[in-house]
Amino acid sequence: MIINHPILGPRDSQEFTYLGDAALIDRPDWQAEDAADQFHDYLYLRDNPAGAHRELWFHEQGDRSWLVVTRNTVTHEILNVELARDAARARGRSK
Amino acid sequence: MGKFDNHGLKAVTPLGGFEPRVDAFTGLLIREVSDCALASLAARQGDEDVLQSAAKSFLGGSLPEAAAWNEHGDFAAWWMGPDLWMVSAPHDEHELLAAALKEAVGDAGSVVEQTDGWCRLDMEGSRCFDVLERLCNANVRAGKPGDATRTSMEHLGVFLLCREPGQRYSIIGPRSSAASLHHALVTAVNAVI
Repeated sequence: MIINHPILGPRDSQEFTYLGDAALIDRPDWQAEDAADQFHDYLYLRDNPAGAHRELWFHEQGDRSWLVVTRNTVTHEILNVELARDAARARGRSK
Repeated sequence: MGKFDNHGLKAVTPLGGFEPRVDAFTGLLIREVSDCALASLAARQGDEDVLQSAAKSFLGGSLPEAAAWNEHGDFAAWWMGPDLWMVSAPHDEHELLAAALKEAVGDAGSVVEQTDGWCRLDMEGSRCFDVLERLCNANVRAGKPGDATRTSMEHLGVFLLCREPGQRYSIIGPRSSAASLHHALVTAVNAVI
């Protein structure tokens, strides 16, 4: 499997490690009224789609950047790769 | 005279010798390089442009682009990751490289002393391609001078700097695993030559 790194171009997937669902970017506000409930959902509830899935990958044997990889879990086709920091900033994270 | 001479201490290289190690093979030389000071330089968020211009005036030229390295006079720098570089200079003249770099970039960047964190093994000779393609994922045969690739050799994360394609490379890996990295290189060389 080849991951098309947004900066470095196509790289072998053996250089990467997998973390999980990219929804981890959306960490709840710990000061919210219902923070405990939000963190329960954040930690334990995951979608498990048969199809396009956004997930976090780490280029450990490369430039150490975190990526958001959109992968089809049925075919393993990689549909999109972006830097996680760009994805996070686009969602208002990483102040 | 070094400043530690009066203490009766003698520094050893990452491979444990008093002098940098050299291994010669037919058509290939592996040379330990231990006279470089290193410091990492990271841009702080929002200050990327300020850092670039401050680094430019300190180094005498621009920081390298992604996956590249360059040198300006005494200073060499390579790209390590987004907004992150390693700066290298001769240790004798720039022992306080990290402090000088920090003074130059101020609050626009974060600087970390890296000098004794890494070992550098230079590879020279006509068999470089044959050895490197057995050691790492990097597409060395498509490489050009100025390429800096972060890859792994023998499970160790290393930087591979291309000085002259097929002829001259620098491999910078973790100092604490210098002997393992050296062993991997020599094993690969012995498999080829």
